[in-house]
Amino acid sequence: MRIFDPHIHMTSRTTDDYEALYGAGVRALVEPSFWLGQPRTGVSSFRDYFDGLVGWERFRAERFGIRHHCAIALNPKEANDPRLTEVLDILPRYLAKDGVVAVGEVGFDSRTAEEEKAFRHQLELAKEFGLPVLVHTPHRDKAEGTRRTLQLVAESGIPAERVLVDHLNEATVAMVHESGCTLGFSIYPDTKMSPERMVRVLSEWGPERMVVNSAADWGRSDPLATLRTGEAMLAAGFTGRDVERVLWDNPVEFYGRSGRLLLDEVSGADRTATYSGNSVLRGERANGGAA
Amino acid sequence: MSEEYAFLGSAEAREALSAQVADVRARPARIAVLFPAAARSVARGPGPSGDPDGVAGPTLEDLVRVELLTALAGALAPAELAREVGDLYRHGDAGERRAVLRGLDVLDTGREELAAVARELLADAVRTNDTRLVAAASASGTTALLDAHSWRQGVLKCLFTGVPLGSVAGIPDRADAELARMCADHALERAVAGRPVPDDVRLVLRHFPEQAARLGTHRTEA
Repeated sequence: MRIFDPHIHMTSRTTDDYEALYGAGVRALVEPSFWLGQPRTGVSSFRDYFDGLVGWERFRAERFGIRHHCAIALNPKEANDPRLTEVLDILPRYLAKDGVVAVGEVGFDSRTAEEEKAFRHQLELAKEFGLPVLVHTPHRDKAEGTRRTLQLVAESGIPAERVLVDHLNEATVAMVHESGCTLGFSIYPDTKMSPERMVRVLSEWGPERMVVNSAADWGRSDPLATLRTGEAMLAAGFTGRDVERVLWDNPVEFYGRSGRLLLDEVSGADRTATYSGNSVLRGERANGGAA
Repeated sequence: MSEEYAFLGSAEAREALSAQVADVRARPARIAVLFPAAARSVARGPGPSGDPDGVAGPTLEDLVRVELLTALAGALAPAELAREVGDLYRHGDAGERRAVLRGLDVLDTGREELAAVARELLADAVRTNDTRLVAAASASGTTALLDAHSWRQGVLKCLFTGVPLGSVAGIPDRADAELARMCADHALERAVAGRPVPDDVRLVLRHFPEQAARLGTHRTEA
């Protein structure tokens, strides 16, 4: 099974996870920027985080044979923090970089005026930089938040096929399907969707425009949720071709609209290589320097 | 077709760069988004040195970005230019930073604002262990702005990280007895530890026989 995880927060994961992902067939992924589980206190924290997403994390993933891309944005929750408004001003410098394949995660958390302002601003940036958009839908009042999301997307004039609306469930799938946007489903151990529920959604709506992600982060989550969904699809009678479509073709088609996806095999996956002089190995390097 | 940008192999790339240079001249703030995208939008790959990492010499994308910096330098007053060059470096990934360092020579460092930013970025680059940055900083003519101690430390960092001393600005003319002592100490320390002594110490020590003599039986031959 060849897998592209369209939403996974590898910064919060270990090298064991990278090895397991590779073993499961994951060859490429997108890491959207989001919050840290606790609030950041200033713009420079975001800069360091973005620098890591386009730098060290990308390098780290390649050591394990996985192509890493990212989405850059001011996330919905922190869009409410007045200390962080200026993050919007530094986004253009990042949206121009290689490895950045989308604006995201944007969207709503509590549907405040500040969230909506940041959301609209970032939809404009996506247009300016020709990038797809990854939209987070809220945990609370999800259906209403999703409805408002689709309104803003329509008002922005961005073609629906350039927008992925994520964290969907049975209650929100119909309206997003009708909008023409790409439909994202996060498969979680406890909340959001399970592989079995996902299979039922796929049976009802078909595999077109459907993408599945693990959204694995620092919370209880399973980086192999994509593989588990593929297995559940096969067990339910879907063909290997259907699985490939949902787990690889659809996310590749979506993020490919950025023109910046790198999908060639990582050659050698040399773990002794260095990033800014530092390697993923501890202690001595092959050439004798300190890692 | 003009002779401009002859380092670029395709007319398409030359046209793209030409348009971006015109854009920066007309609207200097555009460099904030053109500079990071330059490899993707114009050209990337090994430059004349043949080194894809840009240690031995600038890569194609370095040369493209230096052209953008040159256009910027012609469009902004020194204080604004210093601020933007600093921002390009601080917001840059390693490739962008290397290009800023490769482009420091286009700045008129007779202006104190520009000399100050050059010194700051050189110091930052030499603090890293990234050979791309250490090499680009050390090769810059703006290292003439560094005091003797900082410059010597930069040379030692090159020896330490394997950046060839042959491309370091100031070698051999600026080498002094103190640098020779540092190089000899480094070589002796390596020899005592049973580790290979970098051949490049010769480029300094051959001008300082008394320090070269300290290596005694450990001395490396050309």
